[in-house]
Amino acid sequence: MSTITASSGSSLFRFAAPNVFYPLAGKMVPFFAVLAAVLAIAGLYIGFFMAPTDAQQGDSYRIIYIHVPSAWMAMFLYLTMAFWAGIGLAFNTRLSSMMAQAIAPTGALMAFISLWTGALWGRPTWGTYWVWDARLTSTLILLFLYLGFIALQAAIDDQRRADKAGAVLALVGVVNVPIIYFSVKWWNTLHQGASVKPGSSAMAEIMLAGMLVMVFAFWMYAIAAVLARLRAIIVEREKRAQWVLDAREQGRL
Amino acid sequence: MQWQSLEHFLAMGGYGFFVWGSYAVAAVVIAAEIWALRHRRRAALAQVRAASAPRRSS
Repeated sequence: MSTITASSGSSLFRFAAPNVFYPLAGKMVPFFAVLAAVLAIAGLYIGFFMAPTDAQQGDSYRIIYIHVPSAWMAMFLYLTMAFWAGIGLAFNTRLSSMMAQAIAPTGALMAFISLWTGALWGRPTWGTYWVWDARLTSTLILLFLYLGFIALQAAIDDQRRADKAGAVLALVGVVNVPIIYFSVKWWNTLHQGASVKPGSSAMAEIMLAGMLVMVFAFWMYAIAAVLARLRAIIVEREKRAQWVLDAREQGRL
Repeated sequence: MQWQSLEHFLAMGGYGFFVWGSYAVAAVVIAAEIWALRHRRRAALAQVRAASAPRRSS
């Protein structure tokens, strides 16, 4: 415990201590959860009541409002998970490894939603729920990387060794993310190319607006879910630490 | 408003199964995650209770 108190004086690194970050995360969870709910209501209203029916795809295109946000979050969360896992591996910071562990299930959930909605969108537009092409296969691999990370961590009893093994897996898997992103350019694929690129968009403005609001909604939800899980993980791992026992007695846990 | 009735809205121009199948499953898995998070927090707090109990009795 002495190493924690020693670092608790200096600026940002103060928050690297689980006992300092725990109450801060507790304040952030409801804030991001409410923000996610408000944005989701606004985004779905725009998507279903303001945006018109698509000229080519009819109303099937409305799956985009959850398909693209979940697909983006699945990739973004993976990079974030690998980043924190790598920091934990390099600097032996406990909270970083806990953060990586907290991100994995939400990342897996996002990957699953993107695959599921993609299948249901693929059927009416391509005539098939699934095809083994580059974009779909690499996204399925992303889901398996998340599940592999979770399973590997769960299989190793020594928590610090579990963190290290998980970090190596997460970092090796990073190579898959650019493969997903550029797959529609590198290979012939059924999946359409990027509709939205920095500085330009092939979508109607109102459709794009609804989609971007939903992206922010998913983003805020992911932050709330990850921080809520991080708090549970902090308690799980530090349950014998004096600050946890003190916080419990004072009703602050 | 582009939807003339509730049935019209639910039909989604013939794509109701695909659109609502997407949204329903997404909603269910998100609800399941929120439930799992609550459950995990409660279980973690129960672990602390168990860890602090022998300390008190001594």
